[in-house]
Amino acid sequence: MSGHSSYVPKTGIERWLDARLPIIRLAHDSAVSYPVPRNLNYLWTFGGILVFMLVAQIITGIILVMHYTPHASMAFNSVEHIMRDVNYGWLLRYLHSNGASMFFIAVYVHIFRGLYYGSYKAPREVLWILGVVIFLLMMATAFMGYVLPWGQMSFWGATVITNLFSALPVIGETIVTYLWGGYSVDNPTLNRFFSLHYLLPFMIFGVVVLHIWALHVVGQNNPTGVEVKNVQKDTVPFTPYATVKDIFGMVVFMILFSWFVFYQPNFMGHADNYIPANPASTPAHIVPEWYFLPFYAILRAIPDKLGGVLAMGAAIVVLAFLPWLDTSKVKSMSYRPIGRQLFWAFVVVCIGLGYLGAMPAEGGYVIASQIFTVLYFGFFVALFVVGLFERPKALPTSIADSVLASAKGGSAAGVAAATAAEPNVKG
Amino acid sequence: MAHATDTSTGTTRRDFLMLATGAAGAVGVGALVIPLISQLAPDAQTVAAGAPVDVDLTPIAEGQAIKLFWRGKPIFVRHRTKKEIEEAKAVDVATLRDPQTDAQRTKAGHEQFLVIFGNCTHLGCIPLGTAPGESKGDYDGWFCPCHGSHYDSSGRIRKGPAPLNLPVPPYAFNGDTKIRIG
Amino acid sequence: MSRISFRLALTGLTAALSLALIQPAAQAAEAGPKPPQLTWSFSGPFGKFDRAQLQRGFKVYKEVCASCHGASLVAFRNLSQPGGPEFTQGQVAALAATYQIKDGPNDAGEMFDRPGRPADRFPSPFANEQAARAAQGGAYPPDFSVLAKARTYTRGFPTFIFDIFTQYQEQGPDYIHALLTGYEDPPAGVTLLPGQNYNRYMPGHLIAMPKPLADGQVEYPKGPDGKSPVPETVDQYSRDVTAFMMWMAEPHLEARKRIGLQVMLFLVIFAGLLYYTKKKVWSRMPDGSPAH
Repeated sequence: MSGHSSYVPKTGIERWLDARLPIIRLAHDSAVSYPVPRNLNYLWTFGGILVFMLVAQIITGIILVMHYTPHASMAFNSVEHIMRDVNYGWLLRYLHSNGASMFFIAVYVHIFRGLYYGSYKAPREVLWILGVVIFLLMMATAFMGYVLPWGQMSFWGATVITNLFSALPVIGETIVTYLWGGYSVDNPTLNRFFSLHYLLPFMIFGVVVLHIWALHVVGQNNPTGVEVKNVQKDTVPFTPYATVKDIFGMVVFMILFSWFVFYQPNFMGHADNYIPANPASTPAHIVPEWYFLPFYAILRAIPDKLGGVLAMGAAIVVLAFLPWLDTSKVKSMSYRPIGRQLFWAFVVVCIGLGYLGAMPAEGGYVIASQIFTVLYFGFFVALFVVGLFERPKALPTSIADSVLASAKGGSAAGVAAATAAEPNVKG
Repeated sequence: MAHATDTSTGTTRRDFLMLATGAAGAVGVGALVIPLISQLAPDAQTVAAGAPVDVDLTPIAEGQAIKLFWRGKPIFVRHRTKKEIEEAKAVDVATLRDPQTDAQRTKAGHEQFLVIFGNCTHLGCIPLGTAPGESKGDYDGWFCPCHGSHYDSSGRIRKGPAPLNLPVPPYAFNGDTKIRIG
Repeated sequence: MSRISFRLALTGLTAALSLALIQPAAQAAEAGPKPPQLTWSFSGPFGKFDRAQLQRGFKVYKEVCASCHGASLVAFRNLSQPGGPEFTQGQVAALAATYQIKDGPNDAGEMFDRPGRPADRFPSPFANEQAARAAQGGAYPPDFSVLAKARTYTRGFPTFIFDIFTQYQEQGPDYIHALLTGYEDPPAGVTLLPGQNYNRYMPGHLIAMPKPLADGQVEYPKGPDGKSPVPETVDQYSRDVTAFMMWMAEPHLEARKRIGLQVMLFLVIFAGLLYYTKKKVWSRMPDGSPAH
């Protein structure tokens, strides 16, 4: 897509096919000869890891559906049937439930990598916005998936989250009733959530295709934020360089994944979800899955129903506007002394919000949540302001130069110091 | 660039490290397939539910037949009349498509009871002939309405597209009128 | 991360936590003391159930708990499967036959009782939740099938992070054992209503279930010396029945940990191979220049 295709059909059949459907050319151009910046660090393997996770979730999900029953009176027991009776059912179910958490771990690393290296800036705005869309779809999918085992957390999570929509003026109540398909969360709700939980991953897949398409049009960002100037010097072909590195990253990630699946399969879940759904009693301590906790904390920080919902929505939507909120011309935080500190402060704020989201909504926690919510949105304001006056460090003239400078052990003054500050640069 | 690619793909790819990595990857993918495929096999509950079942044949009067289920498959039990037994024994086995004597398909001393699977060996429909009033086909046995297979009073295929006789499930008599299927 | 930004981050985190950690002290008092952490044979990466313990635990369940608590997801056949109590198939068939299972309808359209088969699940002591509550003065004895995974207690920060590395995940068993051994007289100032009992570890301390176990209540199989190899005490009964409950909740635990070890070993070796392959590939750039 970027530059001229280097694919040369070798056999007669390939030539015949290439003239009719150049699918091998497409694969070759996007996964073999596609030029990637030679200085990418391991944070860039998370794109590949995310593709792996999406495929893994879809495969295990399709298999689970073969054994699962989406009915309010049978769903809980059918999940236990998978855990007890189906051959390797426990493995497939734990892979899928822990896979959701792993998917989010990977996506958060991916998002923060984009934040640090300014991957949202021109010309990658559309690429970034597509990413935010994928993130939203992932959240919807994960939420509906969590409802399916029909345990206590499933049921009450569904009740609480669907009730968010009741905050909307005038139409809120109607929307909630339509979401439920009744007057409370019940079997119709479970059925439609099941249907949508099956559908959305394929929509994610579609947006991922667009995301990768957009990526291949503009090319990858890199730790210096300096665009590719000379394809020969600044890049390496995707295969074998990026391929083998991505696979290595994936396998290391699988070790983490396996640790949870085989040794701590319920660590990231809730004990309460092993109690069948009971519409007559809410668990004492109801929290969403860990990956929603920062947003949940923002929701609870605002002492107003509509305000809380709007703040939570804004916390996600604001990401889509980041390309225009960040006024700095320099992409990589490695060259932005103040921006870098802002970034790490933001990381701390997000983790802090996550912790607060898991705590009960009372006393000091509420006040802390409010402070952190202000800090969360403050990050975007600060990014806007800081970009106007911040004096970035000197950028390397090209990717190749930065690689050579760091290879020589940092004699090239500012340039080298900046890259050396980023310990992950290995590419 | 071209010659550099040649050295990296031509000589190094064939070395031991690459081979070992590739082999390990293949082993990993292979191992991954095991759970994905074996989950398709009957689960433990289904297997356990397929345990043998006891059936009391006393209520079946001569000339009557019943349908029952074992492992989700229909089984016909027919209490045959003298005439039906005679007919089944009189057939020249050599002329049959799936040659089996009537004695091979019943238990000695209990020839009046015929116990067979009830799915046509053609494409699995349930032949008529068990309930009273249903067509028994041209040979006093069963007639499959789907594609016109005729079975005789021993459940053997006599006419039509089905290739085999209706199979006899594993069973044993437990006394005169009690059988255990499975 | 530069040193300044790291310090900034650390300060922020400390501030956030000190703000947030004011609360838990008050909460802990309300929820009661934390259950003691016991050593379980099935904990850790090489954990396995102790067959004899599971068999004893089943005896306690059958003779004491089963009159009120069902285990509706567990089938008799499970008792003989690998990784469980591993009773013989004959023992299981004989055991199942001692239960009456409701089946039907028969040809007359009526439900009938028949002796149990290994494929049957444990019959529940009550027909439904309402019947259970009516018989138990309003309280509902929870089903045991997954109870060991449905009970927990708050680990708190930072313990829950250490748990990832120590693989501690026996909150359920620890809580259940603590509850079974946690009956005591109410402190001064607490009056119990009829049907209420005081328990150290129950959240809120009031529990409807009366103290279920007493020393010597269940007779354990005798060893060669004519004595039970383990003491017949409340503590031992509680450990045994808890282990049995954990097995009911996670019947494939042993297979999971065994396969897990194989997968881990494979992945570590594969990752090592890939690392050196990657190094080799990156040792030379396509333009012939050596990599940095």
